[in-house]
This record gives sequence, C-alpha cells and structure tokens, in this order.
Amino acid sequence: MKAEDNQETGLKEKTETGKLKLIPIYVMGKRYQVPHALTIMKALEYAGYRFIRGCGCRGGICGACATVYRKPGDYHLYVGLACQTVVEPDMYLTQIPFYPANRAHYDFAQLTVEPEEIFKLYPEVFRCIACNSCTKACPMDIPMMDVISAVKQGAIARAAGLSFSCIQCGLCVSRCMGELPQYHIAQLARRIHGSKLIPRAPHLTAAMTAAKDEKCQKMLGGLMKSDIRQLITSYNSREIEPEMAADDWTPANCDYL
Amino acid sequence: MPYTGEPKKLISVVEKTRSERLSRKRKGEEFPLMSLEERAAILQKFHPDHKEEGRRELKVGASKGYSIAHEFADLLEARSRVAPDLVDLSNVDMETDVLIVGGGGAGTAAALLAEEHGAKVILATKLRHGDANTMMAEGGIQSATKREKDSICLHYLDTIGGGHFKNEPGLVANLVTEGPGVLSWLENLGVAFSKFPDGRLRSLHGGGTSRRRLHFCGDITGIEIMRTIRDEARNRQNINVLEFSPAVELVLNAHGHCAGALLYNLETEEYILVKAKATIITTGGCGRLHVQGYMTTNHYGATADGIVLGYRAGLQLKFLHTVQYHPTGIVFPEQVGGLLVTEKFRGAGANVLNINGEQFVNEKEPRDVESAAIIRECLERGKGVPTGTGKLGVWLDSPMIDILLGEGTVERDFPGKYIVYKRFGIDISREPMLVYPTLHYQNGGLEFNDRSETTVPGLFLAGEVSGGVHGENRLVGNSLLDVLVFARIAGKNAANYARDKARDGQMTLEHVRFYHKELEEAGIATDRIAPILLPDYTDPEVRKRQLTAH
Ligand SMILES: Cc1cc2nc3c(=O)[nH]c(=O)nc-3n(C[C@H](O)[C@H](O)[C@H](O)COP(=O)(O)OP(=O)(O)OC[C@H]3O[C@@H](n4cnc5c(N)ncnc54)[C@H](O)[C@@H]3O)c2cc1C
Ligand code: FES
Repeated sequence: MKAEDNQETGLKEKTETGKLKLIPIYVMGKRYQVPHALTIMKALEYAGYRFIRGCGCRGGICGACATVYRKPGDYHLYVGLACQTVVEPDMYLTQIPFYPANRAHYDFAQLTVEPEEIFKLYPEVFRCIACNSCTKACPMDIPMMDVISAVKQGAIARAAGLSFSCIQCGLCVSRCMGELPQYHIAQLARRIHGSKLIPRAPHLTAAMTAAKDEKCQKMLGGLMKSDIRQLITSYNSREIEPEMAADDWTPANCDYL
Repeated sequence: MPYTGEPKKLISVVEKTRSERLSRKRKGEEFPLMSLEERAAILQKFHPDHKEEGRRELKVGASKGYSIAHEFADLLEARSRVAPDLVDLSNVDMETDVLIVGGGGAGTAAALLAEEHGAKVILATKLRHGDANTMMAEGGIQSATKREKDSICLHYLDTIGGGHFKNEPGLVANLVTEGPGVLSWLENLGVAFSKFPDGRLRSLHGGGTSRRRLHFCGDITGIEIMRTIRDEARNRQNINVLEFSPAVELVLNAHGHCAGALLYNLETEEYILVKAKATIITTGGCGRLHVQGYMTTNHYGATADGIVLGYRAGLQLKFLHTVQYHPTGIVFPEQVGGLLVTEKFRGAGANVLNINGEQFVNEKEPRDVESAAIIRECLERGKGVPTGTGKLGVWLDSPMIDILLGEGTVERDFPGKYIVYKRFGIDISREPMLVYPTLHYQNGGLEFNDRSETTVPGLFLAGEVSGGVHGENRLVGNSLLDVLVFARIAGKNAANYARDKARDGQMTLEHVRFYHKELEEAGIATDRIAPILLPDYTDPEVRKRQLTAH
C-alpha cells in the first residue's frame, strides 16, 4: 500500500489553509501534535508509533487497546478503547495493553450449575466491597459490579446476561479494590449458563443424524456429481423461505429434504 | 461526529420514501433479484476482482503464471525475513507433537481437537491469543439444523451457487455435513446462541441463502465463540500458547516433510526454532493488504502471512484471484471507516438506498453482486451519497428495523454497532447509516483437501488461509463454519499423523534458498521482505525521518 492513500488514517479533511488541524495530546507524558478528529489509535500511528501490543481488531471488540486518560483541570480518570475514542486537546493518556489477572483451571464438563462451584474456583468474589470502580472503568458500559453481585447471589443467568458484551480488556481488574479477576469470573458464569442452564437446542441431535444418514448423503453425492447445467437448474428453482415467516414455516417443495 | 451539512439534509430524502418502502416490505414485495446472467454482467464490469490493471501473473513458485492482485504478488515475490544461512538448525529451541501457527478460531479449535487426540500442542500466534478475524464476526454461523424445512443439500446448493459453482465439491460436502455437529460442540462448550425460550435456535437469512439458517449470538457471534474456545484452551495443560511469536518460515526435513517452523519474538526480536511432528497453518486472512486501496474490516494481523509460508514450502494457490468486498462497510464517521455493518441489518429489513432514497438492488444478493451494484450506483450512475469527508456511500436504512420489528429492536439485536455509532452521536435506530464496500475476506488461499492435508506431508491447513471451500465467493456464516469444521478435522488428523506417520529427519531451509534463487532467475531484484507481519500506518512525513533500517 502506498502511504499516500493510507486507508487507515484517511486524512481527507483539511482546514481552509490546506493544513490539517492539529491538537496536542500527551502520550505517557510526552507531547505530540496530532490531527483533531482521529481515534487515539490512529493518532498514535500518525505520531509514528507502530503497535506491537495494544492493537488487535481495531473495531472495538477484542479488548487489546484499553486506554486510560485524564483531561486538564479535571480529576476524573477516563477510560476508553484507543480504537474507538477520538482524541481531545491536552488529554494525558496511557494504554494498558495487559493487566495480570489470575484464572482458575477447571474441567468444564464436570462442573455443575451450583453457584458453589464458582465460589470454590474464585473465593475472592466475596472480597468485593461494592465500590463500583469496575463498572466505572468499563469501556463497554457493562455494570461489572452488578455482575459480581449476581454471582455472589448465585444468579448465574443474570451475571451471564449482564456481562454478555464483555471484551475482556482487563480495565475492571486494574481498578479493583478487592483484587478480583472479574472478566474470568464472568466468562465462567457465561459458559455455565450457555451450556448447562439454558435449554439445549432440541433440533440439533436430529439434524446431526439427518446430515449423516444414508438417504441424505446419497442425495448429496448426487449433487456433487451433477454437471454445472443441472446445478444451475436446481439452484434457480430453490424455494426461498420468506424473510418475515414464522420459524415453523415449511416449504411447498420438499425435493431436498 | 454526528451527521452535519449535506448528509444531514439528504436523510430527509430517505425519510420521505420510507413509508412507501415499509408498506412494500410488509406485503413481501422485494426489489427483483438478478438473474445469473445479470449477476455475471455486473460482476464483470464493476467488481474489483475483474480489474485487469489490479493484478499480475506470478513469476515464481508452484502457481507460476497465475494472475492475482498486485498486493499478493508483491508478497510472493519477496525475500525471506531471515537469511537461511544464519539459522542454526541443529539447535532446536522447542519440540512438540503438533505446532499450530495462528491463534484465531481455526487455530484454537484445532488445538483443542489435537489435544483431545493425545497430542502435545504448541500454538504460536502473532498478537494475543484471540486477536483475530474470528473475534470480529458479527453475523453468525450457517448450518442446516431445522429438518422440517432445511437440509445439507440445500446448504450445499446455496454455497456453490454463491461461489459461482466453482467450489471444490468434496470440501463443501464436509462443510455442510459437519455443520450441525459443530453447533452442538459449541453449545456443549458454553457458547450462548440466541434462542427461543424452548432452546430452539433463532435463525436469519443472509445474502444468497434459501433458508434462514444463520445462527447467531446477538451481534457478537465471533467474540462469543472465540472467547469460549480460548477459555477452554486455557484449561488444557497440553496446549502451550506462545503470544507475539509469529511464524516467519516453515521448516522442512530431509524427507520433504514439514518439520515445524521458525518463530520470531516480536518483542525481543529473537528467532525461535520449533520442531514439530505435524504443523497446522491457521493464520487467517489478508485485509490489511488493502487490496486495490480498499478499506478493510479485518484485524491488525490479517497480512496473509500463511500464504507466504505455505507458498515458499511448495503449496499451490486456489481461488486467490478473488477477495471478498463486504457490501456494507462504514464510510462515515471516518474514524471507524471500514468497519463491518453485518448483513443481518438487511436480513432484519433495512433497505439499501441511493441519494434519492431509492432502492437499486435486492438486499439479499450474494456479497460480490451486492458490492458491485453499490459500486455501480456510486461510480457509474452518479447516485452515491457524499459523506462530507470526500467519499461516497449509500444509505442503509436501519430505522426501518425498529418500525418493522418493534421499538428497541436495533438497540437489542445490534448492541455492538449501536454503541459504536452512539459514541459519535448517531442513533442508528433513528438515522440511517452510510456504507460502502470494504475488503473483508480472502475467498481463496492455499490448496488443501477434505482431510485438511496439503501436498507437503505433515502440513495441514484450516480456516481463511485455505482455498476451495467457497469457490469464488463466500456466503455469510460459511466462514465461521468452515473454520471450525476444518480445524477440527485438521486437529484430529495432525495428532494422528504425529503419532503414527511422522518421520524424523534432518531439518532444512533449503526450500527458502531455492525460492530466493528462483526470484533471482526470474529477474526479480527486490528489497521487499515477507511475511510483513504487521501493516505500517505511520504518517509518511514521520516515516521519512525514521532512518534506522528495520
Ligand atoms: C468484521 C468481520 C466479520 C465477520 N463476520 C462473519 C460472520 O458473521 N460469519 C462468518 O462465518 N464469518 C465472518 N467473518 C469471517 C470469519 O470471521 C473469518 O474468516 C474467520 O474467523 C477466520 O478464522 P481463522 O481462524 O482462519 O483466522 P483468524 O481468526 O483471523 O485467526 C488467524 C490468527 O493467526 C494469527 N497470525 C497471522 N499471521 C501469523 C503468523 N505469521 N504467525 C502466527 N500467527 C499468525 C493472527 O494474528 C490471528 O490470531 C467475519 C470477518 C470479519 C473480519
Ligand atoms: S483494537 Fe480491539 S478493541 Fe480496540
């Protein structure tokens, strides 16, 4: 890729003088001038950083780019994902690409849905002092303290639901007074919920059997051997399930069922 | 960055045509689908794959003469990161049964299966474990799970129709047959699919599907699958994960079998020699090559490294002349440009519209056709919507979804995208989105067979790095399925191979020396090196001042 058509920074927007509007930011205390409308991630790259750590999906979903910052004259600690947060003049920032958090080992197949199982693996859940720092630190707006109190109350489904969009960036862990590994605990709750608490899909076993039964494999074998003209005919005559149909819709044409 | 100026004004045009479009939608009246001939014609004229000036014939290697995008050709006509003479092959740093290169969905699933079949596993990955395209999948995973209305044969037809009838039949047969088993495996591990209260899986249409068989976990299917299987891998004592340690070259042995790989510690810049009885490449895709200058949906590490490794070791390329442009990537706000807007928005009822608020393409066309139609609307017909930041796009009318399916649906069913836009002051349940095609997926890749084997004994593949399953175009939800189906096959077969068939022999990098020689003989004098490992987005002015060679 040529630097001129850098798709990432995509710096098209210029001021009347033809110059980019630059603002100062402080990266780990050091001042850089960067274009005003960039995300923190792209601003760092503009400044000359080439990431090894602290950059993953670039789309707000992997949790690699957790960042904390302060603004002048404001005591709050702000959090954000570098790939999603736009720079502000004079912000002081640092990325936190990694934060140690202990994870329990378990044999998942053997676990039951009893909340005590989680308590045994993570006894530290009871060290939570309900300070709410984890919730405040979450760039995904997850009410992490409520997740932990749900676990303490044995409400695994609630913990799973509340933490569903967790990207495991680790910022909650970094701020925890009780020294909990919140995101590992939430992960365990979600797995127990997904596998052992909500009803299993009742149609999957039948589908697995059907996929491998003789009749079906024979039909499939026939398709695999068809020439392209036959395939095109079959393809064009497929009956399309209507978008707004109820889930129990059944086709009029049962050729390939 | 909320909408201002021109785009803001143009939204009112969309609103004007909305009620009429809604009533057509409710009556089930859709914009007509194109015939196969019309599809072929629009692809030929407007799909970037068909631009002659965008590609060239390879001058070296097993697929010499094959014409592919310059961005790939540049990588394949490049030298190794290490001079083979500098590597002491008698000094093995680590030894294992199965080495897996790439810690995304395919790598992790393969690791689990290899371990279950008795192998000691090293999983070497470039960034953190799970920093991968798998993490980013939003739409879902296809599989024929509802017998009353669907079957693997219909899934087969949809898949090869989408792939222009060019897919490898045996690979597609595996894909569809193993599908229901994969979903059951995931459910067992704790992946929380979106379900009806009785446990039945909810499912949607995607472009090119005849039945609603796209299963999903909210709009974050990829992260739910990735974080669950990663968590499981962390429970397994015999899976050793090495992060920030990309493979830069495969190592063969005197029998011509794969014997492991040379890894590079990105942080200490050391090379690490890993000897393995079997090796699986699962390095994913190529979005960060920005083929033809397109923006991309892919993660930071999607630089086609596996293609380079495999090609130097003698594997052939399949279907790499096509890459997939997802029709709906964000073009505004600029800060999140390139990000994917899942086709589930269209599945849920959102129209694709031009500057006049008119439909110009059915929303359920296969991706390549949908993209070509959007490009035509903007470039040829001049009916694109100016973004105010120097680009063109088309509208995706997301507010229709709340009107059709009930207030709050967009926020509930698309929480990920809802929050991305909210951060920029745009409420996508009230205002439409501006989108344009974005580089999304590597349709083709290295050649392999339905046992995940390659022509090099001891070398296996799985996932986006491979070619053949999807022919020339992949359908939504078929990649997550491909990744898991073939990773499970590769994991099992690699473990069995390591136990029963692997032959020890002197390790060698002769194939790299040979490749270098071939480059010289073809008259390619270049200082390009590959794999590139990471893209470089440094400002060009800054780069001019970076004088140390690296
Ligand atoms: C935004 C987005 C949305 C998508 N949505 C869907 C969807 O809804 N449904 C669907 O089916 N598919 C979807 N896809 C496609 C699908 O997610 C991917 O094709 C698939 O997950 C690829 O899996 P993989 O394991 O092959 O590669 P990845 O998941 O990308 O994993 C590859 C891994 O290898 C590592 N790696 C790369 N080079 C090296 C090296 N040299 N050495 C060691 N490690 C290396 C990478 O860092 C990465 O961790 C989507 C893709 C994207 C980008
Ligand atoms: S890079 Fe993945 S969340 Fe920012």
